[in-house]
Amino acid sequence: MAKLVRTEEEVMLADAARGFLDGAAPVSHLRGLRDAGKTHDPALWKDMSDMGWAGIMVPESAGGADMGAAAACVLAEELGKTLVSSPFISTAVIAATALKQVADDRANAALAKIASGEMIYALAVDETNKFAPEASEMQAKKVGNGFRLNGTKGFVVDGGLADRLLVLANTGDGLTLFDLPTDRTGIKRDTTAMIDSRDAARVTFTDVDATGDDVLGTVDDAMSVLKPALQAGQAALAAEMAGAAAGAFGMTVEYLKERKQFGVEIGRFQALQHRAAHLWSETEVTASAIMNAGRQLDENPDEAELAVSLAKARATATVQLAVQEGVQMHGGIGMTDAFDMGFYMKRARVTAEWLGDYGYHARKVAHLRGF
Amino acid sequence: MTQFSKDLSVFREEIRDWLEANCPEEMRDGAITERTICWGGKNWNFTSDAQKTWLDRASAAGLTVPKWPTAYGGAGLSRDQEKILQDEMGRINARPPLQSFGIWMLGPALLQFGTEEQKLEYLPPIARGEVRWCQGYSEPGAGSDLANVQSKGEDKGDHWLINGQKIWTSYADKADWIFALIRTDREAPKHKGISFILINMENEGVTTRPIQLISGSSPFCETFFDDVKTPIGNVVGEVNRGWDVAKYLLTHEREMISAGGAGLSGGGRAFGAILNDEVGGLSDPILHADAMRAEVDALSIGLTIERYKDMAESGQGVGDASAMLKYMGTELNKTRHELVMAAGGSDALEWEDGRAPHWLRTKANSIEGGTSEVMLSILSKRVLGLPG
Ligand SMILES: Cc1cc2nc3c(=O)[nH]c(=O)nc-3n(C[C@H](O)[C@H](O)[C@H](O)COP(=O)(O)OP(=O)(O)OC[C@H]3O[C@@H](n4cnc5c(N)ncnc54)[C@H](O)[C@@H]3O)c2cc1C
Repeated sequence: MAKLVRTEEEVMLADAARGFLDGAAPVSHLRGLRDAGKTHDPALWKDMSDMGWAGIMVPESAGGADMGAAAACVLAEELGKTLVSSPFISTAVIAATALKQVADDRANAALAKIASGEMIYALAVDETNKFAPEASEMQAKKVGNGFRLNGTKGFVVDGGLADRLLVLANTGDGLTLFDLPTDRTGIKRDTTAMIDSRDAARVTFTDVDATGDDVLGTVDDAMSVLKPALQAGQAALAAEMAGAAAGAFGMTVEYLKERKQFGVEIGRFQALQHRAAHLWSETEVTASAIMNAGRQLDENPDEAELAVSLAKARATATVQLAVQEGVQMHGGIGMTDAFDMGFYMKRARVTAEWLGDYGYHARKVAHLRGF
Repeated sequence: MTQFSKDLSVFREEIRDWLEANCPEEMRDGAITERTICWGGKNWNFTSDAQKTWLDRASAAGLTVPKWPTAYGGAGLSRDQEKILQDEMGRINARPPLQSFGIWMLGPALLQFGTEEQKLEYLPPIARGEVRWCQGYSEPGAGSDLANVQSKGEDKGDHWLINGQKIWTSYADKADWIFALIRTDREAPKHKGISFILINMENEGVTTRPIQLISGSSPFCETFFDDVKTPIGNVVGEVNRGWDVAKYLLTHEREMISAGGAGLSGGGRAFGAILNDEVGGLSDPILHADAMRAEVDALSIGLTIERYKDMAESGQGVGDASAMLKYMGTELNKTRHELVMAAGGSDALEWEDGRAPHWLRTKANSIEGGTSEVMLSILSKRVLGLPG
């Protein structure tokens, strides 16, 4: 396996991303969207697409950069550091990976539109308050040559702004993945105001007609397409979370060096020094799990499940520690809306749940390790 | 001297064949416990013929210290080759042929700071398991505040005259030589007056007194120096600059402790699976959940050890950050042995059972080689740049 050290290419990608995002999308950008009652900035997504980010996992033949999962993780981490609001993971990582598994003419055309930034996708999987794709019950009744879909999907991240949805439904014989336009008759989207100020929707399907052409991959075999897509998404999300943890931690360490009480910087107090050092240690360990997940997905995708679940579990624990310590070590100011730490805390909670929480992934790890 | 290919796939074949031909069947049980370790040394009593055969064959091929240069008894392997060797040894569950403070601690320090004569004199016997070393750092008044060592060495022209006391010296009663921190300049600031001195334990005036541990064994000692003479040239690095050597050695010691007992580096069986077998299913949901957490952390810390080695190999200094590995690895190891005891229930409370001594021994992991608190202080000041 390639070494657990960033390649020159990855370092350059991270530097370029940081340079752009510090100007175009610091945390104040998310705050601005929230204050304006918006969840998405089309101009920002266009700029990101023009830089090739929307197509980072899209094959070159469809106009993408085809850089792979590790590179997507590098970008996601930078996005996470300043809580950039974009459909990067839903569209550029999850949908692009799913479409790549199929790679027929229609899928290739969709990939090209993802790369150019013209098409945004959202993933509609969850039906209860916890991630459990294998247990999806939403109906896709076989009717003649086609299907009729009925049911509700919740926590559809980027579902409000998406042009298309990847929908997981049950035909009675198995799970099937549908790729549907959001304006298909019978689809109703209710955007949900989320604590992290990002886009999400509850989507209701009432007698939605789908044809064989709307099926992504093979009927009753959703997982062969969805599983790699979920894994790529989970790894990138873990990286985003590590970025958010780094963002919150960076603010906290700066504050420890600045804020004075009892006549000295609070960073002189050993109680806080040790908590900060512990948190840093956790972030270092998590960084290894994430880098390993990216490498496994690129080099050994069929065996990547353990690495991906390890990364998502660790990232979940770490980012939650980072934001809790972040607020505590800031004292009162950490609780104020005017200060950015709250944005990190809320995003951490949402990402902890999305695509499987700590328990979901820790159980996967245990299962794969034989207990 | 066996010659191994630089080509990694050829190397894997060669190592596989070599292990197949040379590693005795009895040494393939993967056991690494106080009782099965081969420490080597002049007075070593091999626990079996197989243990001796395995040491002789491995050291003849340079594989007790695979990465050391061949001139000093190693096999001159690269990091990638070393990984393959670990893989292949793991595959057949081979025991390490030799473990010692010489390999883990003194060797790296000599390779970095020793003169050519010192390397040629001291390294090959370590590689062959002929000389066993112990570490004379701590003193009654110098634990976490290690630079406060007071054992003193006077320059007598051709030799140092050494007087003082060390404590917590692991295996001092079994060791042939000791590397010790000795104050050679009492006027200088405390970090600037220490030398790193090598002393033969057979010299007149060296005595040891074992101290019993809570785990029942007594692997460490008080060590006394009463008018001990050691040649003036037995200083590693510069006189009065021993602190640099001491610190460098500690980074290696910390990496070793972080991975060592925990079995975190390389493959290894899932800890949860081991617990599962031992107690016939983790039926208690709390225990099960704790075991899952420990497994997530163990795999990730194992990857971090690999990542740090990769970083070191690609020239990115790791230095003070090794304190993180030590802190995280040892705290996890303690947690895991708490789980072993909880899973074992009352069965594990009998000495005969054997779990309790390991559990008790792990409590030292976050003390020896620098305490967890000291690790956190190093990280907060030197890595995070916090004041004070
Ligand atoms: C099993 C075992 C084997 C050992 N083997 C060796 C050996 O072979 N050779 C050798 O030289 N030494 C050896 N040691 C000694 C070991 O390195 C010391 O015990 C260790 O450095 C701690 O020193 P101390 O015991 O004096 O504790 P102290 O330094 O007195 O510490 C007591 C407590 O105070 C805390 N503390 C101290 N200073 C600070 C501070 N500044 N901030 C916050 N907390 C602080 C410590 O973390 C600890 O919790 C061994 C120890 C053990 C347990």
